[in-house]
Amino acid sequence: MNDAFDIRNMESHIEVHKFRGGAIVGATLLALMFQAFVPVYFAKATMIDLPLLITIYFGLSRRNPSTGLLLGMVIGLLQDSLSGPTVPLGLYGIAKTVIGYLASSIGARLDTEHPAARFALTIIFFGLHQGIVLLTRRILLAQSSVWFTMHLAAAAVVNAIVAVFLFALLDHLRKS
Amino acid sequence: MPGIPSRHKSIFLLAGVVLLQILLLALQIKRDSEGRLIRVWTVGAFSPFERAGNHGIGHLRETWRHYFALQNTSRENELLRRENDELKMQVNQLQSKANEADRLALLLNFHKSHENVPMLGARVIATSAGTASATIMLDRGSKDHIKKNMGVITPEGVVGKIVEVYDNTSEVLLLTDKDSGVGAMLGNSRKQSPVGGAGEPLLVMKYVANDDAVNVGERVVTSGMDKIFPRDLPIGTITDIKPGNPFKSIRIRPSADLERLEEVIVLLTLQPLQMNQETETAKPSASAASKPVAETAKSAVSGTVPQPAQAPPVSPAPVPASANAASTVKPE
Repeated sequence: MNDAFDIRNMESHIEVHKFRGGAIVGATLLALMFQAFVPVYFAKATMIDLPLLITIYFGLSRRNPSTGLLLGMVIGLLQDSLSGPTVPLGLYGIAKTVIGYLASSIGARLDTEHPAARFALTIIFFGLHQGIVLLTRRILLAQSSVWFTMHLAAAAVVNAIVAVFLFALLDHLRKS
Repeated sequence: MPGIPSRHKSIFLLAGVVLLQILLLALQIKRDSEGRLIRVWTVGAFSPFERAGNHGIGHLRETWRHYFALQNTSRENELLRRENDELKMQVNQLQSKANEADRLALLLNFHKSHENVPMLGARVIATSAGTASATIMLDRGSKDHIKKNMGVITPEGVVGKIVEVYDNTSEVLLLTDKDSGVGAMLGNSRKQSPVGGAGEPLLVMKYVANDDAVNVGERVVTSGMDKIFPRDLPIGTITDIKPGNPFKSIRIRPSADLERLEEVIVLLTLQPLQMNQETETAKPSASAASKPVAETAKSAVSGTVPQPAQAPPVSPAPVPASANAASTVKPE
């Protein structure tokens, strides 16, 4: 048994999940609504990036890189559109496209159903997402931004905690 | 994609999609457009839900407040808040009465000149969907005669300016946004310098020389030089001063609570708001001059101010060039 065979064998045990009709669209729209609407009443809610969590979840579950990156692109562009005219279309679009692709690729190779794995992956993807947004702003938009703040670190942990519960909730939308 | 192994297809797709979006970004930065169709469509599609959600949540909150939780306390609190607002206005009135006679004369002129300024109360129905910008969405739009670059205030102080207008909604760039700015001056020394956002809760005053006298706790008010806001509206209070090279680093806490805005007032005019018979020798104090506007603004929230019979129609005149210069919005 060589290594290549091992990997193929391992991949064959990872299940590709399908969802009920309208689940992906519904969850995406709800996430965007939440992002635009809830901070009016709870300012701290801006810390949670629900569209990112939705991108990660469906990426990890669907395990198809093409679908993952296209879903990430759509969610990102919609978020850009709802972020006001000072945010150019594509800022979140690029970041979430890459995250969608990576989540789907990782989902196709590893079992990401365990809460601990989901917690760790969300922290990693959150940091990566911030990094891509920051790079885009610095390189393409010539805007200055700080690389790291305690607020960002706290936001990563909060998003990871939310992700564990949210992902468990979204698991109910899967076709059994 | 013939000729490309299937395992690499997604990588090519990723590269293509990212490249497309980079091109999209580049197009936006170069072009000076009025707003793109995708924004109009997306906002148009989402705003009814946001409005409905806001309406529903508002009802739920009211029901909870008045019938389930702390029925009497909530009402009492409402009355006390109202009374507190009235007392604040009275304190402002007493402060203004204590001013010198020439300032009183200017104050009267100021009040007089702003009686006809049409104002409109609006409700905040959404905020920016990301942390990259500080904007809010109002439930009033072009159907209510709102136009781009109009100033937005609360009775407490300056909020920002209108940057996008749709049929039933409009978008406000808050003072705390990195691309925001307002003509300002120090309350005591009347030294003028623009104040801008830094993408965080505090504002920054940019061009005050190291040898200028500035104190922590000093009030910062609008200078009127941006042709958007009238002079002497409160902007905030200085919380921190550090020497810099060549200018001081001054941080300001905004007077208006920009993180908890629920209702705001839109100044329904693009004309510069200036005082009549203004003299160079006597200038009104910040608190005194801001009072009439705050009073007018307060009544605008309750829906009493914009009477077409008293207020002249919104001028169709183009935005003064300086208005955009004073408060810029970059991309596009």
